[in-house]
Amino acid sequence: MTASSMPFVLELVISLFLVAGALFALIGSIGLAWLRDFFMRLHGPTKASTLGLGCLLIGSLLFFSFQRGALSVHEAIVTVFLFVTAPVSAHMMAKAALFRGVDKGGPSRNYPDR
Amino acid sequence: MNWLQRWVPHPLFAGFLLLLWLLMNEFSFAHLLLGAVLAVVISRVTQPFWPERSKIKHPGRLLRYLGRLLMDILKSNLIVARRILFYSRQLEPGFFTYPLTLTDDFAVTILASTISLTPGTVSAHYDREGRCLLIHCLHLEDEAALIQDIREHYEKPLQEIFDD
Repeated sequence: MTASSMPFVLELVISLFLVAGALFALIGSIGLAWLRDFFMRLHGPTKASTLGLGCLLIGSLLFFSFQRGALSVHEAIVTVFLFVTAPVSAHMMAKAALFRGVDKGGPSRNYPDR
Repeated sequence: MNWLQRWVPHPLFAGFLLLLWLLMNEFSFAHLLLGAVLAVVISRVTQPFWPERSKIKHPGRLLRYLGRLLMDILKSNLIVARRILFYSRQLEPGFFTYPLTLTDDFAVTILASTISLTPGTVSAHYDREGRCLLIHCLHLEDEAALIQDIREHYEKPLQEIFDD
């Protein structure tokens, strides 16, 4: 089955998901460049990128499910792993940064004394 | 029953591993066998890393919680994206501590992960003795309202799920 035999509406929906995903990933990267201290930059990868990748994966899931004529579950597994690991890695980075006193005089208020 | 418990100490985890293995490979009897062996071996080997066994009392509520979490993740992404694009210079970030009422380790882990995935907050430290979470907020306005929000939205449902 070639991609051209795909109905137009489905192609449109997949494209929308891909573009939306790419847009969110871009915003996440912009956040990484613009935000002022380490802890603010930590918010980018845990959120904007998660949704960006999520949208890309939904697009991929739709495309391959249609192409193979069966539900493609690989993307669903990738999504689950992403959502489980993103907060853990963010937590570890925040912990390490707190321990080392990164950006202690930075814009973040109530910096804990540890 | 006893030997079954000894061989498969975490039946849910083992089942999840087996399902994962089958989903990632083409289904065949050989893969079923290999997946079952891997599930049993991995869940046994990792047993020392597991804290005490958590009891999920209401699986249905857990599903509802996950559904709501997915919606909140969607919302939080839109909010954070807007803040990054238009207000990145006016943001007032800050830390605050969240006093925990949950005691179950696994429930606390889920709560901390939830906080990291939802609007502008990342959990940074878990103080087990002081029983509180240190949370960094991208735009800290009203600390009390935020704490109230987390308590009502996430901690209470988790408390019901784990019967903590």
